[in-house]
Amino acid sequence: MKLYCLSGHPTLPCNVLKFKSTTIMLDCGLDTTSVLNFLPLPLVHSPRLSKLPGWISKDGTINLEKVLDARELLDLSTIDVILISNYHCMMALPYITEHTGFTGTVYATEPTLQIGRLLMEEVVNFMERVPKAQSATCWKNKEIQRMLPGPLKDAVDVWTWKRCYSMQEVNSALSKVQLVGYSQKVELFGAVQVSPLSSGYSLGSSNWIIQSHHEKVSYVSGSSLLTTHPQPMDQSSLKNSDVLILTGLTQMPTANPDGMLGEFCSNLAMTIRAGGNVLVPCYSSGVIYDLLECLYQFIESASLGTTPFYFISPVANSSLEFSQIFAEWLCHNKQTKVYLPEPPFPHAELIQTNKLKHYPSIHGDFSSEFRQPCVVFTGHPSLRFGDVVHFMELWGKSSLNTIIFTEPDFSYLDALAPYQPLAMKCVYCPIDTRLNFHQVSKLLKEVQPLHVVCPEQYTQPPLTQSHRSDLMLELQPPPMPYRRCSVLNLPFRRRYERVYILPELANSLVPSEIKPGVSVATVSAVVHSKDNKHTLQSVPKPPPVAPSKKRKRVMDEPPVVLAPKPLLSGAVPLEAFLATLQKHGITEVKVEETADGHILHLQAEDTLIQLEEDGTHIVCDNNEPLRTTLRDLVLRFLQKL
Amino acid sequence: NMPEINVTPLGAGQDVGRSCILVSIGGKNIMLDCGMHMGYNDDRRFPDFSYITQNGRLTDFLDCVIISHFHLDHCGALPYMSEMVGYDGPIYMTHPTKAICPILLEDFRKITVDKKGETNFFTSQMIKDCMKKVVPLNLHQTVQVDDELEIKAYYAGHVLGAAMVHIKVGSESVVYTVSVNKYAKSHISAWIDKCRPDILISESTYATTIRDSKRCRERDFLKKVHETIERGGKVLIPVFALGRAQELCILLETFWERMNLKAPIYFSTGLTEKANHYYKLFITWTNQKIRKTFVQRNMFEFKHIKAFDRSYADNPGPMVVFATPGMLHAGQSLQIFKKWAGNEKNMVIMPGYCVQGTIGHKILNGQRKLEMEGRATLDVKLQVEYMSFSAHADAKGIMQLIRMAEPRNMLLVHGEAVKMEFLKGKIEQEFSIDCYMPANGETATVTTNPSVPVDISLNLLKREMALGGPLPDPKKPRTMHGTLIMKENSLKLVSSEQALKELGLNEHQLRFTCRVQLQDPHSDPDTLHRIYTHLKSVLKGYTIQHLPDGTVMVESIVIKVSSSAEDTNAKVLLLSWSYQGGEYFFTALCIVKRLMYQ
Repeated sequence: MKLYCLSGHPTLPCNVLKFKSTTIMLDCGLDTTSVLNFLPLPLVHSPRLSKLPGWISKDGTINLEKVLDARELLDLSTIDVILISNYHCMMALPYITEHTGFTGTVYATEPTLQIGRLLMEEVVNFMERVPKAQSATCWKNKEIQRMLPGPLKDAVDVWTWKRCYSMQEVNSALSKVQLVGYSQKVELFGAVQVSPLSSGYSLGSSNWIIQSHHEKVSYVSGSSLLTTHPQPMDQSSLKNSDVLILTGLTQMPTANPDGMLGEFCSNLAMTIRAGGNVLVPCYSSGVIYDLLECLYQFIESASLGTTPFYFISPVANSSLEFSQIFAEWLCHNKQTKVYLPEPPFPHAELIQTNKLKHYPSIHGDFSSEFRQPCVVFTGHPSLRFGDVVHFMELWGKSSLNTIIFTEPDFSYLDALAPYQPLAMKCVYCPIDTRLNFHQVSKLLKEVQPLHVVCPEQYTQPPLTQSHRSDLMLELQPPPMPYRRCSVLNLPFRRRYERVYILPELANSLVPSEIKPGVSVATVSAVVHSKDNKHTLQSVPKPPPVAPSKKRKRVMDEPPVVLAPKPLLSGAVPLEAFLATLQKHGITEVKVEETADGHILHLQAEDTLIQLEEDGTHIVCDNNEPLRTTLRDLVLRFLQKL
Repeated sequence: NMPEINVTPLGAGQDVGRSCILVSIGGKNIMLDCGMHMGYNDDRRFPDFSYITQNGRLTDFLDCVIISHFHLDHCGALPYMSEMVGYDGPIYMTHPTKAICPILLEDFRKITVDKKGETNFFTSQMIKDCMKKVVPLNLHQTVQVDDELEIKAYYAGHVLGAAMVHIKVGSESVVYTVSVNKYAKSHISAWIDKCRPDILISESTYATTIRDSKRCRERDFLKKVHETIERGGKVLIPVFALGRAQELCILLETFWERMNLKAPIYFSTGLTEKANHYYKLFITWTNQKIRKTFVQRNMFEFKHIKAFDRSYADNPGPMVVFATPGMLHAGQSLQIFKKWAGNEKNMVIMPGYCVQGTIGHKILNGQRKLEMEGRATLDVKLQVEYMSFSAHADAKGIMQLIRMAEPRNMLLVHGEAVKMEFLKGKIEQEFSIDCYMPANGETATVTTNPSVPVDISLNLLKREMALGGPLPDPKKPRTMHGTLIMKENSLKLVSSEQALKELGLNEHQLRFTCRVQLQDPHSDPDTLHRIYTHLKSVLKGYTIQHLPDGTVMVESIVIKVSSSAEDTNAKVLLLSWSYQGGEYFFTALCIVKRLMYQ
């Protein structure tokens, strides 16, 4: 069993597991931090941005970095299935499923599929809204890249940077998704069973169990133990794993999500009270639901009742609507609301009372209805594309305004770089609800996997906080670290396989008790293997051979493989054996003691029986009936296996 | 004794209504549905739980209860069973069923207790307590009821949240389905897979009907409503608050929009708005067309359909009214029916099945004079139309389901005996499987023949695979020999050698030796070599070796030659073999003897 690691990014994993002749890709996250190397794509012409020096403004296309061009490590067309753990970890899907010869199936939960589709649609929309007259790719050539200025010269693996996919590719990729529910058991080729488990991180997010009858691999990716909107994490099903692959821990191990949320609210209120605007660059699904819920409770007490909240994204409406229809994927409290029936998320009420308004973009209705001061939620959190670029240009110059970063995926300083100098206040409240090191070590103590595999980043403290030994995984035995492009041999020893004995054969078996509670039976069977499932059935009786006239012909034929005789165990006790012989009319027995046992001389029959602890030897000449009798008598005292 | 599965209907055995089926499989007892009968007002309203136990609670006898959908003939007896008879174990149902079921139960309770004044009925609190025992099911989730019993729900498409259930213990399994309609396939989740259950239990309400296409029926329905409205008549559509009603509403809403009709459409019950809300929140459980467009336009927000007030019934002019309940046996639909029955311009459209004893059933059978309470009679002059919109399985749907799931046996419930008989014949003829239709209290027994799961040592399996080659050859079956170790609950199949090792046993060697005296002038090695060459030429296909230690081996028989010191011509031939390897001793002996005595 092998693990091919195609991504070094611990929260945007992409690993391939080869297990019992199946090839399973675990997630395909897309690392988009490379967009920080590019200039923002403004919706309105910005003379300031176009005059900035030092940036290669000629190259127009924002490129998204693909996880890895994995062709050297393994042939992507051999992948049988892709298991998706949450909608953030599927953004590279079109790169994998299209144009690589992939013919397999992708498994994901319904919310993951629907929200993942929205997130992809949003990115494509952001890109297509600002088409570029020209795009360049030659600079990616190593020779040319060397001569480029600034940080671009030092960017690694630019040749893996790809253009953003099209909606057509997204649709084609998503058409390969097969929906699954939590704890659903999906059989892969009869050899392996995979099953998603609730991971508590986002709507429909899952960890995966990959198992056969005797081996179990758990894949833990992006899990949360905090009580937010999703169904709580299923921990107990992770027990008894041989190997646990651990990815997607919090990127902000020192930032407490609850504290951040409090800071978010107080900064927001302070800015609004002072007459400024608040900009929240965010993804259009996920933490935003919790932010809105938090604000719903906060608005009245902070007397923000009249402040307009705007959510601007091409998929804003869909995201808000979709969040309300996934009752079975929500935490218990939200489920109970649906039974009433009431919408599970309070943003329905915010919309109904006109406190929250959503728009597909800044153009159209928004421009006429827009009132300040206000709070705007919009993307993309990298500040390089999407409607957020416009608000940065609009509000950046005033110190009354505040930008509050809540998404942990991008360095906020890098994100802000092209907008400097900036007068607006910046607040960094990254909210990452994924497991921290304390929670994960508790979890591992609980579920006790035999081996843990994790990104190498988790095996040492962060570079900037090298003294914090609490910010790493310390396990016994130590975890097996991986980095991008490593291939790990997972420590597995497969020893058993499941077979099914058909009823007819099962009924014909003759068990005998060897020890108290332990019985054995010898089995001779025909093995049928189909679709990786093995069944044992009785050996068909050979067709009756017509009594052959020529004996020679029998000899010409190769020997018929008969059921072999069982192995024997035990010892033949002398006294009891002599008594038995006597009963069968063999009375003249001379017993001679030897070093290892006895020799019995059956004088009338001129036959020797050598009885020893671990063997019996019958020396009997031309007397077949006697030999058979003696054999059967000896067998009486022995166990057959 | 062969393992068997027993199925006993306590209700819905050769009958419609009061669904309640007991299944015992692999030592587990499961109750499927727990419904009430619309046609009775006495004890016969509920299934006879005394069949399970005369006195005492049911908890000790049942491992779980599974409810297929929220219709009262499938869940109406639930609070009675759990709170009044007594059951504390798990009750499984899907999320939408869990949401809607208590509302319908409360409605049912109100009509029975508050309106009809019955006592000794379950209370509101009992409904709440009962619902606390419910464990919600997700589609396709494999739920482990205990270590052995496993259940899995599939989309059934009958009404919102309706499910088929696959019940499995070891390798034995049963599938229970309400009325699966073939439109279920339009739902995004796949239909049931080829799970080959031992028994498929299916409803057979429309066993003899093979209905027109859905679209035909819809067109027919709209035409009839339209004609009545045109001539100034009123249309009454008795429905149950949730289910087909919403689909018919969508149908009329779009028709009104298209034809620009002005006649009012009313929905009678206070439940409507709530009901539509459920459909909105559980939209993932509706069909694909509705789901696809829900963000742009929620199909359950109606423009033309308004809430009904009882005073509207006397308004002049045409109107369409959806009123509950669906079989005209009580409540508002019955009141409106009484008001409108006298006018031949009006029409009542029965969109679903009506059980015996209800007014719906009577008028569908052509009865034109109805005896009402207080000896009054009611003349029925309005037109009576029947359109089977209720999504019960028809014969075609059931046949499709059998083709899909490939059950070993079929069992029919929830249908009339005569119609069941017809379908039973059809199934037995077409699929050559046994089809059962037990009456209430009668047990159908199916013996199963499960195969035994065993863990085989990979070495043994691989050794066998290597010997047999990759392709099975029908002429030369690949045989495998091993020892099955049975310890506590584990069954392990290993090679005999490994079995000895694992059990900590010593091998006992049993050997045989046969001496043959003969005269031969050659030296010992020469004699042996002659024997070797001869055997080799005679026994083709056998493994024959001449070993350097001065022995010849035929398969596993060892042959040695020795001569006495006094007479080198007098030789002793020793043939020696172990207990496990003596098959060819005679063959070898005969050949050697013949050679020597030539």
